[in-house]
Parts: sequence; C-alpha cells; structure tokens
Amino acid sequence: MSRPTTLVLLLSICLGAGCASVPSREDIGHETDGRDSLEVRRALAGMSNGAWESTYEPLPARTTLIRNATVMTGAGEEITGGDVLLADRRIATVGRGLQAPADAVVVDAAGRFVTPGIIDTHSHLGVYPSPGVEAHSEGNEATDPTTAQVWAIHSVWPQDPGFTHALAGGVTTLEILPGSANLIGGRGVTVKNVPNRSAQAMMFPDARMTLKMACGENPKRVYEDKGPSTRMGNWAGMREAFIEAAVYREKWDRWARHGGEEPERDLAKETLAEVLRGEVLVQNHCYRSDDMVNMLNLAREFGFQVRSFHHAVEAYKIRDLLARDSVAASMWTDWWGFKMEAFDMVPQNLALVSEAGARAILHTDDPTGIQIMNQDAARAMAYGRAAGLDVTRDEALRWITANPAWALGLEDRIGTLEAGKNADIVVWSGDPFSVYTHADLVYIDGALVYDRSSPEVQPRTDFELGIRPADTSGGDR
Amino acid sequence: MSRSAVAGRAGIAAIVILAVVPPAAAQEIAIVGGTVRPVSGPPLDGATVLVRDGRIVAIGTDVEAPESARVIDATGKVVTPGLFDPWSSIGLVEVDLVGSTRDERLADEEDPVTAAFDPVYGLNPGSTLIPWARTGGVTTVATGPRGGLIAGQAAVIDLVGGTAEEMLAEPRAAMIAALGEDAVASAGGARGGAALRLREVMEDARFWASRRAAFDAGDSRELSESRLDLAALQPVLSGRIPLLVQVHRASDILAVLALAREYGFRPVIVGGAEAWMVAGELAAANTPVILKPLTSLPSAFERLGARFDNAALLAEAGVPVAFSTFENHRAPAIAQEAGNAVRFGLDLEAALRAVTLGPAEIYGVADRYGSLEPGKVANLVVWPGDPFETTTLPEAVLVRGRLVPMRSRQTDLLERYRTLDEGRPPAYRHR
Repeated sequence: MSRPTTLVLLLSICLGAGCASVPSREDIGHETDGRDSLEVRRALAGMSNGAWESTYEPLPARTTLIRNATVMTGAGEEITGGDVLLADRRIATVGRGLQAPADAVVVDAAGRFVTPGIIDTHSHLGVYPSPGVEAHSEGNEATDPTTAQVWAIHSVWPQDPGFTHALAGGVTTLEILPGSANLIGGRGVTVKNVPNRSAQAMMFPDARMTLKMACGENPKRVYEDKGPSTRMGNWAGMREAFIEAAVYREKWDRWARHGGEEPERDLAKETLAEVLRGEVLVQNHCYRSDDMVNMLNLAREFGFQVRSFHHAVEAYKIRDLLARDSVAASMWTDWWGFKMEAFDMVPQNLALVSEAGARAILHTDDPTGIQIMNQDAARAMAYGRAAGLDVTRDEALRWITANPAWALGLEDRIGTLEAGKNADIVVWSGDPFSVYTHADLVYIDGALVYDRSSPEVQPRTDFELGIRPADTSGGDR
Repeated sequence: MSRSAVAGRAGIAAIVILAVVPPAAAQEIAIVGGTVRPVSGPPLDGATVLVRDGRIVAIGTDVEAPESARVIDATGKVVTPGLFDPWSSIGLVEVDLVGSTRDERLADEEDPVTAAFDPVYGLNPGSTLIPWARTGGVTTVATGPRGGLIAGQAAVIDLVGGTAEEMLAEPRAAMIAALGEDAVASAGGARGGAALRLREVMEDARFWASRRAAFDAGDSRELSESRLDLAALQPVLSGRIPLLVQVHRASDILAVLALAREYGFRPVIVGGAEAWMVAGELAAANTPVILKPLTSLPSAFERLGARFDNAALLAEAGVPVAFSTFENHRAPAIAQEAGNAVRFGLDLEAALRAVTLGPAEIYGVADRYGSLEPGKVANLVVWPGDPFETTTLPEAVLVRGRLVPMRSRQTDLLERYRTLDEGRPPAYRHR
C-alpha cells in the first residue's frame, strides 16, 4: 500500500463475517509490548515492507454533475430526473435539482440511467487472458492440490484485452481468482478496472485479499492419479491444511502478543492463518448443495467464515443455510450441464437465494459474460418473476453491485450510489436491464475512464496495437 | 392439454384459452390478436394465425377463427416462428464431461475424417436439453457432429417426438467440417497441411464416384478414406447439401471460398469472427455465415479481428447470417444473442431472420421452416413482448401445431424446492 493511512484503514475495517470468530486485531495491537502494531499486522499478513501492496493511482478527475438521469442507487431507490454529483473521487450527493459547482463538468443524461459500477466476484481476466494460448495459461498452479502460497496477482497480465472489453460493459471492479484445479488454489486479488503497466497498479487499494478454494469434481479429476480422487479425499486434504495452519497461526499470534524471535515464514500457512484470523476472505468454488454443507462444516470446525460460494448451481437448495450463516452465493443465470455437479440448474437460482434473505450475486467466470452482466442480471430477474418470485429492480441491480461489493469486503466503499462511496459509476444509454442498452460513460474514482462516443477515452491494450483493427463503432453504425 | 399445463406450473403468465377441445380431436389452434412477425413479410398487428394438423393454414388480419379451434388470445403479445438454432448437438450430448452421454464425436486425431458419420443413430429424444430449449422458444435445431476435419453429417430436428424418426425434419442436411486452429492441430499442425488433406479427400471422393464399379471389383488405386466416407461426400460435391466449415480468420475464410470454387461445393462459414473483413467476397459468393454475435475478444490468434458489429457489417454487405449460442445447454439464450446483434447495429427484422428463416435456408428446409406462412410447419412462439429483450420469456410454444407443456427438468426442480419448509425432505416432494 502506498500511503501510510492505508493500514490504519485495513485495521479499522471489521466485517461482520470476518471478525466474529477471530481474536480482535485491536487486542494484538495493545499487547505487542510497545512494538509498532502496524508492523506486527504487516508481518502477520505477509506484507512485510509493503513491496506487494497496491500502487494504484486514480486517473485525473474533475468534479462532475450528471443530471436528469434515472438514478438506480442499488440502495433501494430509483430516482427519475435524478442527479449525481461526483467530487473529490467520491459520490458527493445523489438527489434531484442539484446545483453544479462552478468548476464542474455537467453531463446531461436525460433519457439515460445511472448505476453503481458493475462488480464481478469471479473473473480470470489476466490469468487466463486473450488470446487463450498455452503460454497464457496462468490460472491454475496444478502441481499440488493445496497451493495456498500462490497469489493470482503474480499471474495477472495487465495487457489482457478482456479488461478493456469488461470496462465497456460497465465493470469497474473485479476479483481475479486462481482456477479451481486445487482444493486451495491460492490468493485472489481485487482490482480496479483501470488498465496499467502492472497488475499491482490495478490493485484495489486496501482491499482484503481473498482465498480461492474448490470443492467437488475439479480437484478430484485433476489429481485422480496422486489424490485426492474422491470427495472424501478433498475434505481430508482441506482439513489437514487447516490443522497445520492453526498451529502456524498460534505460533505467530504468540509472537505478535509477546515478542521474541520472529518465527520462520511459510507462505502457504501464512495465507491460511490469515483466513483463520478473518483477514483473508474465502471464495469457494462449490456447485452441489451437499458440498456446500460440508464446506460450512469445515468453516465451523476451524472457526472461519466462507464469504461467498461461487458457481453454487444448487444454492437454491440450501438458501436457508446461506441466510443463516451470512454466506453469499455467486451464481450464473443459466449455465449448466457441462459436468455432473452442474446438472441441477434452475434459472431462478438468484431469485430464490435472494428471496430467502441471503446475498445473491451474479458472477461470470467468463470474459464474454463479464461484458453483459447487466443483461444476465435482468434475465435472472425475469426468470424469477415468471415463476412468481417478487424480484425488485433494485434487488436485481444489487446482484451485480452491492452484493458483490460485500463479498469482496468492500461494501463500505463501492456497490451503491450513496454519498461518500467511491465515484465508480456507469451512465447507460437507456435502461441497463435492456439488451439494447450500452454503457455510455464509465467513471472510476471520479475519473472518466470510458466514453463510448470518444475513441480517445476507450483504452486499448499493448497487445491489440498493430495486430487488431480498432473497433471504434461503439454500436453506433 | 389442460389449461394449467398451458399456463405453466412455473407460474408463467397465463394464456387465456377461450375454447378447449379434447386432445383427441383434430388439432386446430387459432392464435388471435397478436402482433405477428412472420419474417417472410412485414409485421401484422392484430392478426390471426390459424394452425391445423401441424401446419399453418392461414394468417392475416381478416382470418376468422373457426368454432372448433382452440383460441389463444395473443392480444398485446408477439407471435414469431419458433427459433431455429443452426449450430447444435442437442440430443447427442447430455453432460459435457460425462463421456458416456456424448455421441457427437467420432473424428479424432487418428482419424480426422468421418464424413459418413450420421449421429442421428444416437439421438436421444429423452434428453433434458430438449424441454429446456423448447420452453425457451427454440423449436428446431440442426444437430450435428463435431471434431476433426470432416466430422460427419448434421440433421434438422424438431424438438418434439418420442423417437429419433419422429423428431427428424431433414436427415443428413449438411456436412460438418473445420479448418480453424483446433482442426489444423488435429491434422498435423499446419494450415496448409489441413487444406492438403481436405483436397485429398475431395479428390478421392470424385475419383471413387467416377470409378465406382472398378473400386467394387477391387481394381482401384488406394484411397485416403473409406468407401462410406467418400460416398457420404457426394451430395457435397454435387452441391445438394452445404459444407459447413468452422473457421474464423479472414484468410482462412478466403481459403474455404477458394476450395469451394475448386471443388464446386456450397460452403457455409461457421464461427467467422473475422468474416466482416471479407464481407465483400462472402457476399459475392453468396456464402452464409453462422456466428455468435457476442464475440468481441481476440480470444485466439485466428480471432484477432473479432468485433460486436460483425453481423451488422455482414448484413450491410449482403451476406446471409444466422446466429447460435454455440452452447448446447443454453439454446434459449439465442434470443439474447440476436438482441445483441441489434444492439450493435443490425436491423431488428434481419436479426429475427437470423434465428428463423436464415438457418432454414442454410439447411435447405425453408420450404417448410423459418417463417409464418400458410403450408409451413406450425412451429411458433407467443411472447409477451419483444422476443429479444432480456425480460421476455415465451408464454406459449407450438411445435408441429401442438402446444407443448411449459415444463422441463428445471421446472420440476423449481417446484420441488419452491419452499423449504414442508416438513418432509425434498425427496418426497414430487408429482
């Protein structure tokens, strides 16, 4: 992290799910025998001297008033004739009849819609980039069933054209995860969708890191020969890893409280210890309801929380348990049938999970799907309504904004149009739930980072230069 | 059919049925009051479509519904032909990663040419993909083999019927080939090698046809493929059925057009991410393109020129286009694909054509399929609004003149899990 305030922020964020079962970080701070608590925290997090922290800097921004739009806040309101004022990289005001400050750029958005920036909890952009050649296959360290030591950020190729295409679809934040070959696949990373020279320069500042875990068919298929080759083997492998991590964590927490000689680091156990402390959020690839029940059991055994299940084709079968345990489910509208554990799809999955009071999320896991998340949320809403489920437009919008923000531990900073949040917003050419609607303007931290009408404000990656004809049609032909 | 079945147990907005006739009687259905989009002509507001014994018998604003007909009130709704997916393996694949449920692949690296392969022998009328697709408005698909250089033959099927024979609308309607990166990899690794191999097969097919008696008498040079494969290629060489070639790169598309001129076959480009770059050549050769509109990424070196307005650019140049999801399990999303083609500049009617009459023309069944015209097979869909809109789902689907129940494995699962608090475990909750 680039600024001294960032770790303070990190320390001050206590997320309900993440904090319940771990010793409070304030306690560690108070009992470190006068040592700098921030340095202690960094040591525990594997962040030592900050070498791997975000170097993201927002693009230059001007105070901007977007006027006369239909403003869908993702926080319960749809304001017709609404205005949104962006100032100092934040959403300053949302309302009607706002006065433009003297220095403000005014955008007339009559007939258009404004939403929070779209957020995808499950992407492999950068780790499985375009073109999808063998040399770019970076998402699975498929050499061992538990690889908690690897970090997706180190595989992310920032020149993946998928980033800029996702931006044209209104995606402002995404979580890039390792693949699902392994039971424990490694750390995921949340990025701001502003392409830059390094992935580090895209990292969402002060965001929690995440851990990718995987249930079910993939690990047992990949490791068929050496094991695990069964689901019971999967669970044994995960439990063994956390048993070791608990010992490691205890050793370091003792050092954190009482000082003495610094224990030897172990990258894999460090990550899992951070899960046990509630600092690293678990993102769990899991299709079947019985697998998800087992994962909730594993989390209870070791005292951590699963932040979100991913794919969760059978989430609807255990939606009551998801609500009970405050676990989100990241789902598709209608993907199914590619393997056995994806056979029981119902297109009402999102609507049913939502109805049960659990956090439903539309995710993509796909470089094309990430370009049309607004459409797929709308389709999931339509399937729900057709089956008599009462899905509001605000709820459907939250599937791609507020709820994924929560899954990434960023619900206080992004995901709704509320004063004080990051100025990550999309101005749509019409109703974002229509198949015919384009993202016209995309702002990240108040800066205009995509403009459908202006080729200069449409980023292109190095890879595309000189090899790919520029497409500047923007749909207006 | 019962009223509740028509309305759908899943709670899909009810279609008002004004008259019900016993199922045993002749099937006569009048869909009245809707905006009819026949594809073959301009939309008709407040028109009636009269269906009898599996066929459309009349269509227009002045058509009277006979007393005997079951009447479906489509006032305020849109009536279109059933959607026709031109690139599918429905009925041949159940679960992708379960090999025993896959019957669409015979060609492999050892034997990349299996032209005689007719996968319909393995067609499964009980596939769960079928009700899912048809309740999503897809009534007809071209189901075909995949893999290798020449995979085999595709058939046109309606998504109704208890046997493969009943489902068949047109057997052996096209030959499926590939010359893209994947296919080239299965034929030695160089593009020129794959083309060489294709030429050899075409040459041998010609040779075999001209010396058939000598071949049968054992008096022939060695041929690169089996007698059955060479025989299966004759309708391709004669131009009776098209050769569908999966290919993306502009230069590869031009190579296909050159091969087609050389051997006299009728090509159809499948995939065609860079087809817009050679739109003029495709139009001049009147060569159709089956594409996925939601293709914009340079996801392979053969697709560097991919862009969302591919369909619009091709149509503008006069190239016939048809759309598919290219995903067996997501056939209903073909409507979303068409909608996105419109988002990127294609005319709405042209997009509807690309999922109805366009595919029918490619497979040579446009005399029976693809539009709402008297005499055509009564495959049609009643939509509550714009069929391509994300929030529109079919309300009623007719296949061969019969209303299909709006049920699928998905609606069964939904019913079972609609509530979780019924005391007994889900296993006890079924019809």
